[in-house]
Amino acid sequence: MKILQKIISKPQKVKPGRRHVDSNREIGVITYLFLFLFLAMLVYLGYFTRVKAPDVINSTYNKRQSLLESRLIRGDILSREGNVLATTLSDNDGGYYRSYPYRNTFAHIVGYSTHGVLGLESMENYTLLTCDGNIADRISNDLAGRKNHGDNVVSTLDTAMQEAAYDAMDEKKGAVVAMNVRTGEILCVVSKPDFDPNEVIGRWDVLSESEDSVLLNRAFLGSYPPGSTFKIVTALEYLKEHGGNISDYGFECKGSFEYKGSIINCYNEQSHGWMNFDDSFANSCNSSFANISSQLDKKRFADTLDELLFGRDLPLPFKYSKAYSDLGVDSSTDELLQTGIGQGKTLISPIHMLMITSAIANDGILMKPYVVSEIQNTDGGVIRKTRIREYGRIIDETYAAGLRKMMREVVVNGTGRRAFDTQGYDISGKTGSAEYSSNKSLSHAWFTGFAGTDEPEIAVTVIVEGGGSGGAVAVPIAKRVFDAYYNK
Amino acid sequence: MGRIIIEISRYLMIICMSIYTIQCFAVFRFGNEYDRKGIYLRQNFFMVLVHFLGFVSLYAQKSDIIYLRAYLIQQLGILAILAAYRLIYPRANILIINNMCMLITIGLLILTRISYNKAMRQFYIVIGSVVVTLIVPYIISRIRFFEKFKWAYVAVGVGSLAAVLAFSRVINGSKLNIHIASYTFQPSEYVKIIFVFAIAAVLAHGHKLKDYLISAAIAIVHVLLLVASKDLGSAIIFFVVYFAMLYAASRNVLYYLIGFLTGAAGAIAGYKLFRHVRVRVTAFLDPMGNITDAGYQIAQSLFAIGTGGWLGMGIGQGAPDTIPVVAADFIFAAICEELGVVFGMCLILLCLSCFIMFMNISMKFDDPFFKLVALGLSVAYIFQVFLTIGGVIKFIPLTGVTLPLVSYGGTSVAVTCCVFAVIQGLYISKGKDNTRTPVASDFKTEQLGIVELE
Repeated sequence: MKILQKIISKPQKVKPGRRHVDSNREIGVITYLFLFLFLAMLVYLGYFTRVKAPDVINSTYNKRQSLLESRLIRGDILSREGNVLATTLSDNDGGYYRSYPYRNTFAHIVGYSTHGVLGLESMENYTLLTCDGNIADRISNDLAGRKNHGDNVVSTLDTAMQEAAYDAMDEKKGAVVAMNVRTGEILCVVSKPDFDPNEVIGRWDVLSESEDSVLLNRAFLGSYPPGSTFKIVTALEYLKEHGGNISDYGFECKGSFEYKGSIINCYNEQSHGWMNFDDSFANSCNSSFANISSQLDKKRFADTLDELLFGRDLPLPFKYSKAYSDLGVDSSTDELLQTGIGQGKTLISPIHMLMITSAIANDGILMKPYVVSEIQNTDGGVIRKTRIREYGRIIDETYAAGLRKMMREVVVNGTGRRAFDTQGYDISGKTGSAEYSSNKSLSHAWFTGFAGTDEPEIAVTVIVEGGGSGGAVAVPIAKRVFDAYYNK
Repeated sequence: MGRIIIEISRYLMIICMSIYTIQCFAVFRFGNEYDRKGIYLRQNFFMVLVHFLGFVSLYAQKSDIIYLRAYLIQQLGILAILAAYRLIYPRANILIINNMCMLITIGLLILTRISYNKAMRQFYIVIGSVVVTLIVPYIISRIRFFEKFKWAYVAVGVGSLAAVLAFSRVINGSKLNIHIASYTFQPSEYVKIIFVFAIAAVLAHGHKLKDYLISAAIAIVHVLLLVASKDLGSAIIFFVVYFAMLYAASRNVLYYLIGFLTGAAGAIAGYKLFRHVRVRVTAFLDPMGNITDAGYQIAQSLFAIGTGGWLGMGIGQGAPDTIPVVAADFIFAAICEELGVVFGMCLILLCLSCFIMFMNISMKFDDPFFKLVALGLSVAYIFQVFLTIGGVIKFIPLTGVTLPLVSYGGTSVAVTCCVFAVIQGLYISKGKDNTRTPVASDFKTEQLGIVELE
């Protein structure tokens, strides 16, 4: 009330001639206001320098790379065990060149630092060119005319898994990507066809103009129809709409399903006979899933896709392609059925499929994926460490448990049987054979799954372009990657 | 060997600047200039050292004799300014003089690194401005009828701004400058001072609604002329200055709130009406996403500050030439890149200590006119600092104003010298009533709050 009276009351009347306007209180208020503004600005400048700057300056538009390279030796990129994935060596003329000891194996994820930059070389471009070594060493290097060493980047990549994935893919085109579902650490990233980063300078013209897009990292930037792996999403939507109760579901599969003029065929037009929900999922029955889709609410289905980050930005520290789905309230019945079995116009990247799988494995919580675990100075002192962070819950805990059960059934009794025979751990997952052209006999082979001894630990997603059946082609590759993790 | 000189001077400069800045605030522990003498001398020492180290580093890289020459000329010039003020005005406030010279030092140093020719041009403008404005404190402290000319101030101010609107050419979407012969002026800079005098003259003794309306009308005409010229940075400064003065004069929080509301409404209107305001806001919200067009300038600035980091890359070691308009609007980014963010923070604090001293001076006045003049000029100064630095570091959207005394630009430097001189004049005239040499007991009596009877 007092404040209100003060505001309403007119300025004090002072007798003419003795007017004494003492505005010091107001001047004080203005002074403190500006002090506060400047304090906020200083805090922001500190925050920018400490927290945001390392990311900001790693832009390809920052023109200071050559400036720093003339003064520093670019730091190393290491695997999680400390194997050197990229380093700088000196030649006989006193010049320096970049060397990648694992050649093609880590090509896309480690990248290269000439002709523009790619992969970790790009993401941590300025980190590798920042020297945080101890000051005494730096000064003594300066005195001796030696260049200082840039910081080293320790990645989350697992050499054994990376090599297993690389070898398993052999000459096939496609991608393999794996992560720890509890931490978000990316464990391996393979994209095929590949290249030798040591030869980027010499073979630039060939590489950059290759018809197979050799330089493209398919694991992050590839956009594929998800095929039957999408049945995970359809099953999730069914669980949501039925409060997790799937025991009432039954369907007699005769090799195809017709609904309001749309016809959906099973893979190879196989008849699956009478099935419950788990059987439909394990055998990847298109007819049954078309039947399931026909019962789904388009609006709620579209909301679920939104929660699973379709069409949205992903919490990733590197470039990726956004997933696409055209499902909405206005979609036709045919579009709904096609979407439900993973065909239609839906597109997804392998890393996104991996993130959905990881969330299912991690009780519905998605961890933010990352590839850089820490930055070390040249003496091994830790400069920065990436914190493990939750992105948040994208799937309800009980539905995630339901999906895990179904995915285990795929390996035990369904299309993923080739992943059943494991030692000391269990694999669960979903296969897919995604048609991608009018020729129905051609399909991309998918597998996305997770494994663990008691609790799920890691997830792997495999896609083989034009590979055919997911169960026959993609599953064995995933199994080799899982084996590399568990049978070291 | 060159490398080690660059490295050592880089660290030493940050240390010197930090000590200088601490001294800026240590000053406020003492109530009178007499007790502050030691601090001021130390400040002068570190000021000279910063300049020296900067040039040693530059010379170690360029090995060009012109830098040696530039160093000597600049250093002598700055010392001459210090000496001249102290000789002519023994009772002047030395903190203000020191800070003025420190800002000039930093400006000349970084400008020499960016462009030798610009630095030397700036140097001569600084010297010329200081020499001309040396008379200002004398005039201010002697002449007591400044508030009689309110309509003359309005006429000159509005006339100048109208002339810009009518005759100026459009550069970068805004009309800012008037060209006479081969000289270019930016009238909005000096109109700032005249505007403060005009508003102070109206509000000093007028406390009726009529007076408030007259002052509001004057302010509206100025701001609208600036908006029409698309000089939005200056328009915001005039606006903020007006409401600060109105609030202090009326002593009514209501006007403060009105100021906030009209400010918010004006900002929204500006966003809706002007494309280049929208461009600035887009660039502010996502500079990296719009890096090829709207966000280009601010992104380059952030690259510079970020790559420089806390300790900077060393003077001459960065790439400030990649930042657009680096010598003027973006000079703070160049300072952070090469001298370090710590140095930049010290610079911000230095400007703040100027402001606090200005406001102290304003508070000590009984005369409402001069009180308001001191307040208006202080707010104009500090708000401009806030706009330019905040814009460059992406704390607020970019407005495109200069960093007073540091940025390259003739009118800006001349006008800021004048502002400092006016406040110096106010300080001196305030001290005139109390001419005896301070004695040790002064400090005690002030502390006890005992009013001395003379």
